[in-house]
Amino acid sequence: MNKTKAAIAGLALAVSTVVAQAGEVEVLHYWTSGGEAKSVGVLKDLLTKEGHSWKDFAVAGGAGEAAMTVLKSRAVSGNPPAAAQMKGLDIQEWADLGFLANLDGVAKKAGWDDLLPKVVSDIMKYENEYVAVPVNVHRVNWLWANPAAFEKAGVKVPTTWAEMIASGPKLKAAGIIPLAHGGQAWQDATLFEAVALGMGGSEFYNKAFVKHDDATLRSPKMVEIFKTFKQTRDLIDADSPGRDWNIATSMVINGKAAMQIMGDWAKGEFTAAGKEPGKDFVCAPAPQTEHQYTFNIDSFALFNLKSKDAVEAQETLARLIMEPKFQETFNLNKGSIPVRQGMDETPFDSCAKASMASFSSTAKSGDLVPSFAHGMATTSSAAGAISDVVTNFFNSDQSAEEAVTKLANSVKASL
Amino acid sequence: MANKRPFTDILAESMPKLVLAPSFLIVMVCVYGYILWTIALSFTKSRMLPQWKFVGFDQYSKLFNNDRWSVSSENLIVFGGLFILICLALGIFMAILLDQKIRQEGFLRTIYLYPMAISFIVTGTAWKWLLNPSIGIENVVRDWGFTDFTFDWLVNSEMVVFCLVIAAVWQSSGFVMALFLAGLRGVDSEMIKAAQLDGASMSTIYRRIILPSLKPVFFSAFVILSHIAIKSFDLVTALTGGGPGYSSDLPANFMYSYAFTRSQMGLGAASGVIMLGGVLAILIPYLYSELRNKEAR
Amino acid sequence: MSSHSLNNQQRSFVQKLLRVALYTILIFMAAVYLLPLFVMVLNSLKDMEEIRSGNLLALPQDPSFAAWAKAWGSACTGSTCEGIAPFFANSFKIVIPAVIISTLLGALNGYVLSMWRFRGSELFFGLLLFGCFIPFQVILIPMAMTLGWLGLASSASGLILVHVIYGIAFTTLFFRNYYIALPRELISAAKIDGAGFFLIFWRIVLPLSPPIIVVTVIWQFTQVWNDFLFGVVFSGVDNLPITVALNNLVNTSFGGKEYNVDMAAALLAALPTILVYIFAGKYFVRGLSAGAVKGA
Repeated sequence: MNKTKAAIAGLALAVSTVVAQAGEVEVLHYWTSGGEAKSVGVLKDLLTKEGHSWKDFAVAGGAGEAAMTVLKSRAVSGNPPAAAQMKGLDIQEWADLGFLANLDGVAKKAGWDDLLPKVVSDIMKYENEYVAVPVNVHRVNWLWANPAAFEKAGVKVPTTWAEMIASGPKLKAAGIIPLAHGGQAWQDATLFEAVALGMGGSEFYNKAFVKHDDATLRSPKMVEIFKTFKQTRDLIDADSPGRDWNIATSMVINGKAAMQIMGDWAKGEFTAAGKEPGKDFVCAPAPQTEHQYTFNIDSFALFNLKSKDAVEAQETLARLIMEPKFQETFNLNKGSIPVRQGMDETPFDSCAKASMASFSSTAKSGDLVPSFAHGMATTSSAAGAISDVVTNFFNSDQSAEEAVTKLANSVKASL
Repeated sequence: MANKRPFTDILAESMPKLVLAPSFLIVMVCVYGYILWTIALSFTKSRMLPQWKFVGFDQYSKLFNNDRWSVSSENLIVFGGLFILICLALGIFMAILLDQKIRQEGFLRTIYLYPMAISFIVTGTAWKWLLNPSIGIENVVRDWGFTDFTFDWLVNSEMVVFCLVIAAVWQSSGFVMALFLAGLRGVDSEMIKAAQLDGASMSTIYRRIILPSLKPVFFSAFVILSHIAIKSFDLVTALTGGGPGYSSDLPANFMYSYAFTRSQMGLGAASGVIMLGGVLAILIPYLYSELRNKEAR
Repeated sequence: MSSHSLNNQQRSFVQKLLRVALYTILIFMAAVYLLPLFVMVLNSLKDMEEIRSGNLLALPQDPSFAAWAKAWGSACTGSTCEGIAPFFANSFKIVIPAVIISTLLGALNGYVLSMWRFRGSELFFGLLLFGCFIPFQVILIPMAMTLGWLGLASSASGLILVHVIYGIAFTTLFFRNYYIALPRELISAAKIDGAGFFLIFWRIVLPLSPPIIVVTVIWQFTQVWNDFLFGVVFSGVDNLPITVALNNLVNTSFGGKEYNVDMAAALLAALPTILVYIFAGKYFVRGLSAGAVKGA
C-alpha cells in the first residue's frame, strides 16, 4: 500500500518537475575532506535525480563552529540556508526560536519512529515533532591499538583504566609512547568522557553531563574520575599539546605509540594507510565501556522557507537522507554507521559491525549515552564550561578536588 | 566654471562637509551604532541569538568570575606589550641597518616585508610545525648534535604566549621596518651633515637628531601595531587553538567562542565591551595628546 | 639597487669588520624571515608518506608538483572537488571594487581632513581612528542585520560594502597624513585663483598622490584578500572568496589531512599578495617616505 503511494508520489514528482520549477536546496555543512566530500556527493546526486538542485555551501573549521557563525549571521539577516548541518541540543534551540521547518509529514510517511532508537529521535524532535533528520552515528568510545606494539612490550590491550595505567611503564620501557593523544580541548574532553563513562557508569554519566545534577558533579566519584584522568597524562608524551588527532593516530599506525582513545573516524586513517582491522590494528571499546556506547550523531535541520518549490525540495532531501541507499553509501565512505536500524550489515567492516551491534543493544539497555565532547549531551554553553575545566585541569597542576568544585560552579554559571 | 553664482557658492562652501558625510554616516552607524548595540546586548541574557530580556550586570559578574577570561586578558597584556615593543625595537634596528647603503636593499626589504602579505590561515601550520618540539626547531637543533637544546614553549602553558609573540613579530616587524626606513629617508640630510661637521659621533646623531625626528613614525607604528594586537584572532586559532588547556587564549578568541560557538551571546557582548573599554583607556589619552601636539604645530 | 660606492676616506679594518657583521645580521634575519615560507615550499613538494615519517626541514627526496596540481584543480573544498582555482575569480571580484572604492573615499576624506578642515573635522578623525580598534567579531551580527535590512545579505555587493566600511579608517589615515605634509601654498594659491574643491583635488592634489595611492592599495589589497571572517559570513554561496576555500581544505575536522596539498594551496592562495609585495614593494617604501609617516 505504502509502496504504491510512494510510487505514485514519485511519478507525480517526475511529472511535476517537468511542469513546475524544480526546487533548489542550499545546504550549509562542514564536510570538506576527500572522503566526506564523496559522502556528501552521494546525497547531491540523489537529490539531482529527483529533479531538484543542490547548492553547496561548505565551511570547515572547529567541528562546525565556523559554519555555526555563518548560520547565525544568515538567520539574523533574514535569509537562512534551506538546510544546515547541526546537531545535539542546538537543534532544540533553533526550533525554540521558530526557525526550523516541521518534518513530521515526511517522518510519518517513512515511519522514522520505527527506524530510529528513541534516544536518537528525541534529539531530532522539538515538542514531539521532527525538525531534524539524522545522517549517521559515530561511536566515540573506541580504543585503537597497535597489537605489534603491545606484543613488543609484553602487555595486553587494557580493558580497565587501572590496567591501562599499569601498562604504562612496560610500554615506555619498550620505547613506546603508551597513549597517543592530541592536546586540544575537544580531544581532552573525548578522553575524559571515556574515563567518566567507564568509571562512573551510564547512570552517573547521564546525571552529571546531561542533567547536570549538582550532587553528582561534586561527588567523590567525580574526584576519583578526575584523578584517574590525570594519571593518563603520564601515558602521553610531553609534546602532545596542539597535535591534531590524525597525527596521534598515525603514531599508533607506525608503532610509535600503542593506543589512542578516539571516535570511529580514526578508522579512516588506518585504512588509508593500508592497514586491516583485526590484523594490523585493533578497535576495542574504551576501557570499562564494553557495554556502553557514546554516540555522536550528525544531522541536518531544515529552515522555514516561503517558496513552495523550495519546501518540496527540502522535504525530498529529508526523505532521501533517511533512505537505506544513502545511509549505506554515506557511512561506508565516512567510517560511521547508519542511524537507520535494520540495515544490511554485510558491506561494513568488522569495527563497524561491532559498532552496529553495540548501538542496537545499548539502545535497549539504556547504555546508549550522548557524547558531551561532541555537543550531543548538553547545550553548547554547558559543554563549553565542562570542557574548559577538563582541559585546564589536564594541562595544569590543579588538584582533582579543586577541579570538581570548579566543574560544578562553572556548569551552574553556564545554565 | 559655475562657481560665480551664489547658489553654487553655498554648495561649494559646504562641499567638504558633503564629501565627508557618507563616511561620517557609516562610522556613526557601523562603528558607534554597533558599539551601543553591543553594550545594550551585554545587559541581556541573549544566548544563541540576540534576545532583549534585560538582566542588569549579570553577564559582567559572570565574566569577572570566569577563569578563562582572566587568563585571556592577562595574555593580551603580556602579548600586546611584548609584541608592540619588540616590533618597534626590531623595526627601527633593521631600518637603521638597511639604511647603511646596503647592496640588494630592495631584495632584503621584500624578504622582511612579505610576511605581512600572508594571513595566518596560510602560515599557521608552518609555524605550528616549526615551534613543535618533536618535529620543529628543537628536533632539528638536536639532530645537529646539541642534544640538550630545548625549545618547547608551544607545549608549555607558562611559555606558550611567547610563541604567539614570535609569530606575530615575524608577521608585522617587516612592516614596521618599512615605516621606519621611510622615516629615515625623510630625515633632513642637511642637518646630519651639519652635525657631522661639528664632529658629532654617529650614535649622537642618531640619538639627538634622527630618532627624535622619527616620533611621528612611532605614533603611526604604535596605532597600527596596537590595532593588530587587539584584533589578534587568527594567530591563536591557527597556532595553538588556545592551548595547552586555554592558556594561550586572547580576548578576541574568548569573545568569539562565547558569542558564536557557545551560545552565550550576552556574555560575549560583555567581554567585547570590556575589550573596547580597555582600548579606550589606553589609547584615548595617547591619541589625544598626539593629535593635540600636532594641532599646536 | 642602491649601488654602494667606496668613499674616499680610508676604511679601517674595524670598519670592514663592521660591514661584515652588518651583512651577516641582515642575511641571518632574512633567513629567519624566510624559514616558514621555506618549510611550506619544501613540504608542498613531498608526498604524504615522507611528511609523516620524515624531518620537516629535510629536502624532499623526490620533489613533485603533484600536491600543487591537486590543490589547484582537484582538491575537495566541499561537495565539489575542483581545487581552489575557481575561487580566485570570486576573490578578485570582491577585492578590486572594494579596494578602488575605499581608496577613493580615503583620498577624498584625507583631502578634506587636511586641506578643508572645519569645526569638528579633527574630532571626526579621532572617532574614525578609534573605529580601527573595534574587533570584527563584535560587529558580525549587527552588520548581518543591517545588510539584511538593506537587501544586501549574502551578496558580493554586501561584502564589498563591509570591506569598504571597515577599510576607510585606514585609507583615510594614510591619505590625511600624506596630504598634511604637502606644502600649503599650493592649495591656498589655487583657492585664491578661485579654483573649487574638486578642481583642486583633480588638478593639484591627485597628481601628487601616486606614492600614497600605492601604499593604500597595497594595504587594502592585502587586508581584503586575506580576510576570511567577513568573506565567509557575508558573501553568500556564489561568491565565496579563496580564503574560505583554503580554510575548507586546511581545516577539515574528521577527515584525513593532506599537509602537502594544504601547503601548496596556502601558497597558491597567497600568491597574489606576495606578488604585489614583490613588484610594488619598492614603491611601498617610497610612498611611505614620501609623506605617509611624516604627518601622523
